[in-house]
Amino acid sequence: MNKFQKAQQVIASIMALLALQSSIFYAFNYPALFFISLIATIGVIRIFYDYLNSGLFDFLLSIIGMTILMIHVYDSPPNGFWPLLISIWLYGWLAVEKITHEKNIAPFFRKLFFIAVPIFFGAWILFAWEVITIGLNIPMVILPSPSLISIQFVNSLETLWADFVQTFVRAALTGYLIGCGSAFIIAILIDKSLFLRRGLLPIGNFISAIPIVGIAPIMIMWFGFDWQSKAAVVVIMTFFPMLVNTVTGLSVNNPIDRDLLKTYASSYTQSLILMRLPAAAPFIFNALKINSTLALIGAIIAEFFGSPTVGLGFRISVEVGRLNLDMVWAEIVVAAIVGSASYGVISFIEKKVTFWHPSNRSTLEK
Amino acid sequence: MSENTFINYFKNSFLPILSIIIIIFAVWYIFTVYLNSSIQIDSYERQKIDWDFSDLVRDTMSQKKPLLPAPHQIVSEMWKTIFMIKITSKKSLIFHSYITLSSTLLGFTIGTILGIILAVSIVENKAMDASLMPWIIASQTIPILAIAPMIIIILNAFGLSGLLPKALISTYLSFFPIAVGMVKGLRSPELSYLDLMHTYNSSRLNIFWKLRLPSSVPYLFASMKVAIAISLVGAIVGELPTGAVAGLGARLLTGSYFGLTIQIWSALVMAAILAGTLIFILNFISRITLKRMGVQE
Amino acid sequence: MKNSIISAEKLNLIFETADDDVVALKDVSLNIDEGEFVSFIGPSGCGKTTFLRAIASLEKPTSGNLTVNGSSPEDARKNRAYGYVFQAAGLYPWRNIYRNVSLPLEIMGYKKNEIPGIVEKVLKLVDLTGFEKKFPWQLSGGMQQRASIARALSFDADILLMDEPFGALDEIVRDHLNEQLLQLWKTTNKTICFVTHSIPEAVYLSTKIVVMSPRPGRIVDVIENTLPTDRPLEIRDSKEFISVSQRVREGLRSGHSYE
Repeated sequence: MNKFQKAQQVIASIMALLALQSSIFYAFNYPALFFISLIATIGVIRIFYDYLNSGLFDFLLSIIGMTILMIHVYDSPPNGFWPLLISIWLYGWLAVEKITHEKNIAPFFRKLFFIAVPIFFGAWILFAWEVITIGLNIPMVILPSPSLISIQFVNSLETLWADFVQTFVRAALTGYLIGCGSAFIIAILIDKSLFLRRGLLPIGNFISAIPIVGIAPIMIMWFGFDWQSKAAVVVIMTFFPMLVNTVTGLSVNNPIDRDLLKTYASSYTQSLILMRLPAAAPFIFNALKINSTLALIGAIIAEFFGSPTVGLGFRISVEVGRLNLDMVWAEIVVAAIVGSASYGVISFIEKKVTFWHPSNRSTLEK
Repeated sequence: MSENTFINYFKNSFLPILSIIIIIFAVWYIFTVYLNSSIQIDSYERQKIDWDFSDLVRDTMSQKKPLLPAPHQIVSEMWKTIFMIKITSKKSLIFHSYITLSSTLLGFTIGTILGIILAVSIVENKAMDASLMPWIIASQTIPILAIAPMIIIILNAFGLSGLLPKALISTYLSFFPIAVGMVKGLRSPELSYLDLMHTYNSSRLNIFWKLRLPSSVPYLFASMKVAIAISLVGAIVGELPTGAVAGLGARLLTGSYFGLTIQIWSALVMAAILAGTLIFILNFISRITLKRMGVQE
Repeated sequence: MKNSIISAEKLNLIFETADDDVVALKDVSLNIDEGEFVSFIGPSGCGKTTFLRAIASLEKPTSGNLTVNGSSPEDARKNRAYGYVFQAAGLYPWRNIYRNVSLPLEIMGYKKNEIPGIVEKVLKLVDLTGFEKKFPWQLSGGMQQRASIARALSFDADILLMDEPFGALDEIVRDHLNEQLLQLWKTTNKTICFVTHSIPEAVYLSTKIVVMSPRPGRIVDVIENTLPTDRPLEIRDSKEFISVSQRVREGLRSGHSYE
């Protein structure tokens, strides 16, 4: 263990000692709490005698402690709760430290830890969130606990579904398909003209940088309150990144690739389909991924400017005004799931189509 | 020889861009007449005026609340609200731009600093890397901007209003691209360079200062450009929930409430100018810095 | 008397750049007969690649005459008269070896049922049978170049133009590929124009060696190779080989190639 880890262990043990000391008098009311404090304190011995120093032990301590603390947080947390919380947090961190620094791990376990560590980290954040909001009695209008949010989520499935359909399926998806599709077609059309490319590329880059969401009120004026105006915003937002990336992708091929096709006296269309489009695929997918996030953001923000009584953005702004923050968080959870799922789907397709690109290759080599 | 490159620049960059811009303006004017014409014709009929095509063209370009304002209308509105009004007045576009710009810059600066700190800790500490990196990458797929209204309301409840909540939104938004870009940059040195440092028995601190940090500068500038654009969007969106008092987002909102299209467009154009200027400045700084560091174009 | 399949007469090629005009080829005159193996050797800037590209109609001469197969290089290109092998293999990473080799056949409109047979034949010629389903990045550099050669052989072109195809490979692989190329030439009877930096390679492979030198790019010497057509690798140590190499070297020196 290096100095940092040693320090962590010392502080964790001190905290556990504090917890033990505070909970001794309540040992009958909260036996589980008492026992975990005891075990954590035994950790003091590990400092001096190097027993059971593997990260796994810290990890177990942390997990068990988390479960016990979760149970006890609902009664008003007794003394010893908070030092124990800190102690268990440090043990969890220590566990991650040790595991990630461990040199001799079988490849299987390495892969496992690769997934398990961020999940454990995420779980810890949720746990801490829950415990701190409940333990410190944080009012719901400021930050609701994850349990309250999940309850609200389950209770409002119909509303959430309707909002999802309105914002994602109707506005974001339509806008995304139209925006990316038209940009793709136009990129191919202007591909033949160097002059047009030289003009449009800088302008496209410029427009990609400006706050296009601001065009939402104008789109509402043109297309009405409903999802069409939001889709229009998404079309504009996704058009330029796709255009710029496709045009760039079509221009990055090697002189050798172009000369080879010249020696075959191939036609423009042949060269486009057989060489330039496959070579442009990484760029195109890059734009598709960026645009999936932009589409959702655009659709949601556009609803802030005015919307019929349905939609993720609409619901968020309304419920924020009513201080129903658990509903707001439930909507955010939906948005997060939709956002990462769509990104994930596109990434998956990308890996299949551009399997040959060096960045995707490490597992396929020989 | 320098005249030759100037002519090349003119032919290859300036002329094409100028032509496209001219085409865009021409199309814009045509659409102005086209889109505003139905309202104009209704107005003629209500007022029982005889009209011909040139009347139509002239009047559609000077409506008070047009469906699509003509470019010169936008320019004159902007001129009015920038130069013809006291800067401190609530109607001044400069005043509103200043509000939005200040929260953008504050948020961007804090976000950049935090992003760099996070990136350094991810690269230097494996536990941080394993726990945090997947989440940071995942967060780029989540529409974080949707949280903006909530953050504003919560912070208002704590008594923090005005600049700081909006700046915090901008911080939050710029923080992730900077962290991701910086991690890429800090990890970018080739293996052979790292091996060389090892043959000198270099300490981690030395490797960091002398190799990783300089290698990360191009990546940092690239993500800063993305981050500042996002910060601007964040600042504008942050002005929406509070019923919008000041700032470009506020101008957008009030314009949309009262149907003041020209006001909306002028706020948008101003935002675009701001974005363009900020990125131009960043580009300029980036070029000088990288040139001094020996990076070739 | 064999026909001249490639004929250049007082060929000039000038590149106009931002700084100065570069005279890539000056008064180049050369006849290449059917079935010959002609190497072009010289330092960078001597015009050997430019000449090859001019034959391939990838560059346009500023003045002079150049005919390929009796017609202009442009027409020869449109008639798919030659196969070109570049310095880098230039295989498409998204296609496996089979589909890379069949690329020209797809473009040139060969019938679908003809293609498998042709691909099998050329892969056998370069000793890559069994690698059809592999992707280029799964193959070594030498194997990738062999695939590139197979690709150039797949369609019926009488001429093979090769621009330093083995330059990026190590010496041992290079020797092996030289042997194979010679075998290939004997089997297929194509006319091969081969650009190289390496004196032993030029002397080993060719029937005719064209020595070029730079500034301006021009032909210094044309050497008819006296070695027998049956050449095991060991012939490199023979006296005759060394004397031809010496002649090549003299040509290079006289063209100031070593300065």
